[in-house]
Amino acid sequence: MESKLKGRVLVILLVFLVCVFGIVGFPRNLIQLKDNLRSRIRLGLDLKGGTHLILQVQVEDAVNAVTDQALERLRDELKAKNIPYADIQKTDSTHIVIKGLPQEKSSDMQALVAEQFSDWDLARLPGDPTGRALTMKVSSAANIRNQALLQSMSTIRNRIDQLSVVEPEIAEYGQSDFELVVQLPGVDDPTRVKDIIQSTALLELKIVQDNPYPSQEAALAAHGGVLPPDAELLPGPRTSSGQSWYLVNKIPAITGRDLTGAEPSKDINGRPSVNFTLNRDGAARFSRVTGQNIGRLLAIVLDRRVVDAPEIHGQISDRGEISGGAFTPEKAADLALVLRSGALPASIKYLSEETVGPSLGADSIRHGVIASIVGLLAVMAFMLVYYHGSGINADLALILNLIILIATFVYIDAVLTLPGIAGVILTVGMGVDSNVLIFERIREEWRSGKAVGAAVAGGFEHAFKTIIDTHVTTIVSAAILFTFGTGPIRGFAVTLTIGLLANLFTSVFVSRTIFDYVLSRRGKGEALSI
Amino acid sequence: MEFFHEPKIDWMGKKWYFIGLSIPLLLAGLVSMVVKRGLSYGIDFRGGTLVYVKFALQPNLDQLRAHLDRQSLVNATLQGYGAATGHEVIVGLDLKTTTSTEALDTGKRAIIGALSSLYGPGPEGKVDFNNASPQTIADHLLAADPLGISSKGLEEATKTYRDLADALVQYRNRPPRSGLVADFQELRTVPGAAPSVLALLGKDFYLSGFAVRNTEIVGPKVGGDLRRQAVYVTLAGLGAMLIYIWFRFELIYGVAAVIATFHDVLITLGIFSLLNKEITLTVIAALLTLVGYSMNDTIVVFDRIRENVRLNKRENFPDLVNRSINQTLSRTILTSGLTFLAVLSLYLFGGEVIHGFSLVLVVGVIIGTYSSIAIASPVLVFWRERQGGGRVGERPRVLERQAVGVPR
Repeated sequence: MESKLKGRVLVILLVFLVCVFGIVGFPRNLIQLKDNLRSRIRLGLDLKGGTHLILQVQVEDAVNAVTDQALERLRDELKAKNIPYADIQKTDSTHIVIKGLPQEKSSDMQALVAEQFSDWDLARLPGDPTGRALTMKVSSAANIRNQALLQSMSTIRNRIDQLSVVEPEIAEYGQSDFELVVQLPGVDDPTRVKDIIQSTALLELKIVQDNPYPSQEAALAAHGGVLPPDAELLPGPRTSSGQSWYLVNKIPAITGRDLTGAEPSKDINGRPSVNFTLNRDGAARFSRVTGQNIGRLLAIVLDRRVVDAPEIHGQISDRGEISGGAFTPEKAADLALVLRSGALPASIKYLSEETVGPSLGADSIRHGVIASIVGLLAVMAFMLVYYHGSGINADLALILNLIILIATFVYIDAVLTLPGIAGVILTVGMGVDSNVLIFERIREEWRSGKAVGAAVAGGFEHAFKTIIDTHVTTIVSAAILFTFGTGPIRGFAVTLTIGLLANLFTSVFVSRTIFDYVLSRRGKGEALSI
Repeated sequence: MEFFHEPKIDWMGKKWYFIGLSIPLLLAGLVSMVVKRGLSYGIDFRGGTLVYVKFALQPNLDQLRAHLDRQSLVNATLQGYGAATGHEVIVGLDLKTTTSTEALDTGKRAIIGALSSLYGPGPEGKVDFNNASPQTIADHLLAADPLGISSKGLEEATKTYRDLADALVQYRNRPPRSGLVADFQELRTVPGAAPSVLALLGKDFYLSGFAVRNTEIVGPKVGGDLRRQAVYVTLAGLGAMLIYIWFRFELIYGVAAVIATFHDVLITLGIFSLLNKEITLTVIAALLTLVGYSMNDTIVVFDRIRENVRLNKRENFPDLVNRSINQTLSRTILTSGLTFLAVLSLYLFGGEVIHGFSLVLVVGVIIGTYSSIAIASPVLVFWRERQGGGRVGERPRVLERQAVGVPR
């Protein structure tokens, strides 16, 4: 019995130490302690100030664009295959209707769609034997929409990263309406950020006139102080050896508007590369330009900065491959992503915007902390008055509960918001409830004439069932809040769940251990302070 | 110390009084909701713009309203908040029917524009320090270089001035200033704010009499989504708890608990309607907390009823319920008293942002406790009486343990 008790005390001490370490680490002095506290407990935007945007990606734009391309391609193919028609048009984002198709060409039409338009279903128009409807497959449309959402997310992330916002957060929001939430701590004027998010990134592929220069001055000196009239000097990637500069043609070979896609791939030698596809117009221009410039460098310019400048190995038409010695698979994937996300695939609509000035955040923290401390002290004082010695027991359990709660927040990297602080207060309430349930039951058992030890055991045993029922019910409702709720509701649900789990440990296990410890040190028949 | 010593109150004998109290409460709220045509929702459900403003001096709301009217912000609402000495006002603007992207922050711009024309149109070419972002301040500092550090290189100077601007803004935002500096000399105490810096600030900036502390803009879609979501989440939560109680007790216990909880939510909503308080997102979070709390309280009583049913199958059911309530009464009063203490502290000291939240909890703790005794338990008794007999032993159960600790 004695060794079992020791083991339990050891478990509690261990939990306590792990939690305290999680919250404050190994501080050497008071200032370090304060710093650790501040850096480890992550505060939500409502507490530290910042901007919270909810936006919707108009994914139907991307579907429309694909259908437009398909329509164009279909027109050309019908012409090439000598299939006549009276009229062809897009009726909505996923439908193309062809009218006046001759009966004898029906099978040709079917073959064409089967071979070259595998993302589409062909059907007869009701009541019109010469009409056909092409419908984009549901899975294809869904794929395009999801791609558009992911691309928009990475584009927006790329752009925000350039704004030197500390710890921005971009995530999907809501259930399935293609919404994104963008959190920008410390930004209290969102106008500029919103403009940047919404703007289209400018991708250009430009022929490099000569070798890169180590500085602007060097480039100028090489040309006698005056740049050629058809050229401009653009900064290159920042490397360990410093900033390089490229002298490139003013007129781009192609721009992001000419790109239809880009994918990471492997070249003939199995090295990582990036494949890209161009639309008809771009392909014609690109083919001409690359044919004339074999052996030269092609600068990939994103927002007026050279991202990469690989060598042109041969004439490139509608499909191209960018490969080079220094490509790692990651770099190839990144480049493909930049190429793809250079321009937003769909337009963006803002649904909501919230800016918390840091001054209000500071006030909120102060209020939240004061309210929590006042509430806590009042409750603890009352427990001491009402339950005497056992009140200490309850207060210790309560403090450990809070320590575990905060430490769990640090360990799982959760963000503490204002509703979260309210959740902490509720946890305190339920923690007290557990102790009251137990103590009242012990008193009751004791009054019925049981010995102290049996009364404590009976009290815990009976109260435990009730505590489990109340806690599980509340955790069930918190789980529902977490699953279906958003933002603030979720923050509340997380704190409540962690707090209640911690409470099961402290009020049942810790409190019981303290009771047993106290009892083990007392003589038989001595009264319990409750 | 002890408040109650084995109370013997006949609760179920008073059930008609309880119902006589609950029904008028429910009706008053419902009538208020009908008369006011539904509940009044906050901006986060309705869609629109809220700008939280702090003024240096007590603003004259009539004058402000007249000024907003002149700026064609006719349907703007003004509402003071926080402590009276804080001079804080929320300017609200309902969403217009337009839903284009531009419309989203036109309201905010219009409000801030109107405020700045009334409370501090500064000298030509100067920038309002109280509403300037750190970036703006840093840009001005860097351009004028009052510390004469440009020789140390651009990067170093940029960082120094950026840090200084951050420090100045932090100082400005900290209470008791809370966003409003009245005199540039106040900034003396900020580390790095040399007299030359203050001189430059005085030259480039002016101090207006207001500071925008917070803005909220909610589009119509988000608002509608949230409202739907709130209803679904509440119903789903109640459903899940009903199933859990059914699984742990019996179906009728779950039904009774849900009826009691529903009663609590309806009365709380009614009180919100009577007090003309807005339903916001945090209020919804609080209502869900209330649901959890009310359930918690009911389950404690039900748990005791279940235990007593197993121990004593011959007892008259209303008497058994009375005895169970009395046995848990001490705990009920203590817990709700202490929880009330905690949420009261939240209500009194928690600040404006969670005022609605804490109001729900203050009301909810009282009603949630009351309904366990006055609604949930009578529902059980009514059901048993309808089932006939009023005796407990509906289902024979094996006596699991000795009757311990039950007085009587």
